[in-house]
Amino acid sequence: MPWPKSDSGWTSPSSGAARIVQLEHITQRYGTRERQFVAVHDVSLSVDQGEFVALLGPSGCGKSTLLRVISGLTKPSEGRVFYRDQPLRGVNPHVAIVFQSFALFPWLTVQENVEVALKARGVPQIVATPRALDLIDKIGLDGFETAYPRELSGGMRQKVGFARAMAVNPEILCLDEPFSALDVLSAEALRGELLDLWTSGSIPTKAILMVTHNIEEAVFMADRIVIMEKDPGRVIADLKVPLPHPRQRKSSIFMDLIDQVYTTMAGQTQPENVEFGSQPGETGRLRPLPEIQISVLVGWLERVNEFPGNRIDIFRLADELKLDSDYLLRLTEAAELLGFCVIAQGDIALTPLGETFAEASMLARKSIFGVRIRRLPVFQWLVAQLREAEENRLSVDTVREALAAHFLPEELEPQLSIIVDWGRYAEIFAYDDNTEMIYLEPASSSVPL
Amino acid sequence: MMRVFSSAISLGRARWTWGDGVALTTIAAFLYFGVRMAVRAPAAIEGPTISLSPAMLPLYAGFSFLRMLTAYVISIAFSLWYGTLAASNRRAEQFLLPLLDVLQSVPILSFLPVVLLGFSAFFSQNLASEFASVVLIFTSQAWNLAFAWYQAQKTVPRELREVAANFRFSPWLRFRTLELPLAAISLVWNSVMSWAGGWFFLMAAEIFTVGNKDFRLPGLGAYLSEAANAGNVQAITWGLITLLSLIVALDQLLWRPLMAWSDRFKLEMVETEDRPRSWFLEAWRRSRVVGPGIRSVVRRLVQPLEKRLERSLLTESSSETRSERHVWPSIFLWVAGMMLLYGTYRAAAMLLDVGSAEWQIIASGIIATALRVFIAMLIALVWTLPAGVLIGMNSRIASWAQPIAEIAASVPATALFPVLMLGLIAVSGGLNLIAVLLMLMGTQWYLLFNVIAGAAAIPEDLRHTASALGLKGWQRWKIAILPALFPYIITGLITASGGAWNASIVAEYTEFGGRTRSVTGIGSAIAKATAIGNYPMLLAATLTMVLVVVLINRFLWRRLYALAEERFRMD
Repeated sequence: MPWPKSDSGWTSPSSGAARIVQLEHITQRYGTRERQFVAVHDVSLSVDQGEFVALLGPSGCGKSTLLRVISGLTKPSEGRVFYRDQPLRGVNPHVAIVFQSFALFPWLTVQENVEVALKARGVPQIVATPRALDLIDKIGLDGFETAYPRELSGGMRQKVGFARAMAVNPEILCLDEPFSALDVLSAEALRGELLDLWTSGSIPTKAILMVTHNIEEAVFMADRIVIMEKDPGRVIADLKVPLPHPRQRKSSIFMDLIDQVYTTMAGQTQPENVEFGSQPGETGRLRPLPEIQISVLVGWLERVNEFPGNRIDIFRLADELKLDSDYLLRLTEAAELLGFCVIAQGDIALTPLGETFAEASMLARKSIFGVRIRRLPVFQWLVAQLREAEENRLSVDTVREALAAHFLPEELEPQLSIIVDWGRYAEIFAYDDNTEMIYLEPASSSVPL
Repeated sequence: MMRVFSSAISLGRARWTWGDGVALTTIAAFLYFGVRMAVRAPAAIEGPTISLSPAMLPLYAGFSFLRMLTAYVISIAFSLWYGTLAASNRRAEQFLLPLLDVLQSVPILSFLPVVLLGFSAFFSQNLASEFASVVLIFTSQAWNLAFAWYQAQKTVPRELREVAANFRFSPWLRFRTLELPLAAISLVWNSVMSWAGGWFFLMAAEIFTVGNKDFRLPGLGAYLSEAANAGNVQAITWGLITLLSLIVALDQLLWRPLMAWSDRFKLEMVETEDRPRSWFLEAWRRSRVVGPGIRSVVRRLVQPLEKRLERSLLTESSSETRSERHVWPSIFLWVAGMMLLYGTYRAAAMLLDVGSAEWQIIASGIIATALRVFIAMLIALVWTLPAGVLIGMNSRIASWAQPIAEIAASVPATALFPVLMLGLIAVSGGLNLIAVLLMLMGTQWYLLFNVIAGAAAIPEDLRHTASALGLKGWQRWKIAILPALFPYIITGLITASGGAWNASIVAEYTEFGGRTRSVTGIGSAIAKATAIGNYPMLLAATLTMVLVVVLINRFLWRRLYALAEERFRMD
């Protein structure tokens, strides 16, 4: 069998909702027996024939993990995966993935990169070559068949990624943030081309599943948006997008939908004990600090402070600052955590403290920042440890070991560097990179909290 | 084009693990079995007759080359197997990596006597010497290749692996389109390193003689030693010219084209300007006959072969055979483990036979050799630092000095040993001088090339800043140059010290002009034990040398390297 049957071709969404993929209570854990991290917690999800589903969420919410579970690359720790009502075993041959980094073989030409997918299925060269050339033609890369990926622009490389995926006539096309490594204009062009192929029915694909952290992209392309949240990764909303293609970005209904998604994702500011989480070593959740540079946070607060009433709709702010939605939500999270703003009904409002901070001098900012982060459990814990330690010094290794139980290995180093960074800025402690020691400066060890 | 010469693997790993312990015991056990076999070796071994006629040189060169090639083919096969196993099996990795690491830092040449005597017990003399030389070259070539392959497997980008899984590549297709191309650059570079090291050991094996045991092999090394013995300057010249042309021809016709060709397998998506080039490859590509010729050969021969391989691999990996395979590795592991325990136990028992007087000889030998190694490296440092900085910072000088240095470096120091003997043995303290010189010749190049690479890597703006600040003389060296060179110097010294310890085996005890001469040293202790057939002493001296070098690596070089990486790396 050269490749999966493509007899039925495109089926419109209205022609009955045959279920293609179904996930039941998927939980995915990482780590060793002693230290476990939940990447995805109890997610159930189904994708029907004819659907274009977007999985939307902040980084670390497990959306890419779900994509790998669906394609059979990752076996879930718990839960079941069904493909057309059959339990999935091993890699799903009906799924093709398009990767964020394109994942092309740099030593193969455009044509060979497409052909290799067919070769893997045992398609003879005589059939594979014309088919690959046809696809390359379809995506508008004719003339570049013999080019190597490094000769192409990002957008063209991703086109090859799409051609390779489509070469095997997959029933489901899984897109893992396919446009996020491209410049704005190439991404826009490629989105339009993909939608053309999809809506015109010129590819036999039955469903598309796209992982993204870009809110506007999800609303622009998908029929359904599944919104996820992190710590642990879970589904918090499942929205339909009842707009026909092509969609008008400036239409009020489109804007309203985006606003709605922003509101859902930003959530509401919670009481302090919920926001803060617990200390290292205690049971309960240690809150990861958002990866934000302080100088960026300062600039952002100054900007928000300029709006009338120090209050602004999150989506409008994103539009105005031309910021990536994922990044903006991280900034908001940091400001919220420090008590500089509150979020309610999709609006950011600066607190009096936030206003003061935005208007204060550099030294005053440091002191406000210091007061605020001393309230965070992780800094309370660290200062207490430093007080008890000999000469008020702790090696970074010690801190790393204590934190290792709370974070995924790949999260650990970023978290450590944020803690050191914030603490140094606030002058809560000092840090010597040569010896990798954190220590209280003699004066500050006597200052009460 | 700059090369950084380094054979130091996985230097980041500074802590001892149980794997290191097992690795050291494995070596001890192997040495014991070798010595055990050696007991049955004949007391006197007659060497081959070597003709000094220049007409014989092509034949001898052919012999030497074949030995290298055989060992290299075995090394590659071994590396693919070992590296794949270490990269794919977590439990095996915990043992295989430390073993590789220890083997890499061990002075391989110290095994030569044990291996030679061990083989002599079972095979006729020339066969034993042939095997021993191939084994020796193999042990000098295999480890860095295996590590290169392992490293490449571990660093396959996750998304490319997922492409292979998602599109259901067969093992062969994955090997061909993903794993092999990814490893290609590093395999070629390491092959060049391995061949350079291999020549050193081949020459040592071909000229090895102790007491009345003449282990020489017909080859270029033996020709040179015979010529030096006879004081035949003309023959020496012919021999050296042949050796040098063989090495240069291999470099120009094989390695450089391969390096230039393998450049296409780099993972970065950006075009770089200074790609490795090869006139030979370019001529080859331009030729109208060769290109299409090769293509048709590939189409007619390689592709059908590949198809067959593909099919056999597909049928092999069916799921039923998997469960049965689980039994054999564990049986093998058990047997190997028992052998290991037995060997270690017997080795320890044998060491108890070594008297305190002999231990004293070993101890003073270690100190004397360490001193020589130290002096050789000091001399190397004194001249390579200014020379390397001059070449590295000045591209005009580099354009002629670098090729000359590369050719000089390609002559294996052991091949020059007989020549040194001829020239210097009459000088008082001659052998001491020769030993240090041999160590120097074998090691200074690593240092020089590393210093050149380091100096060339100092950013232009940093140099301008140094001039703008008016830094001169010692201040300039102290603030701007030495810190930037530090990581390169350390990398060079690590490789150099390994080479220097190796050189002690051939340099400290020699037969020349019918007379035996020796100086105090661990190398001469090993050679003497081989000559008189004192096997416990041979085991004790070899093991001590291995242990000392491994310890120096761990406690001195590792730390310096970690320091260099952390404090002085520019990026």
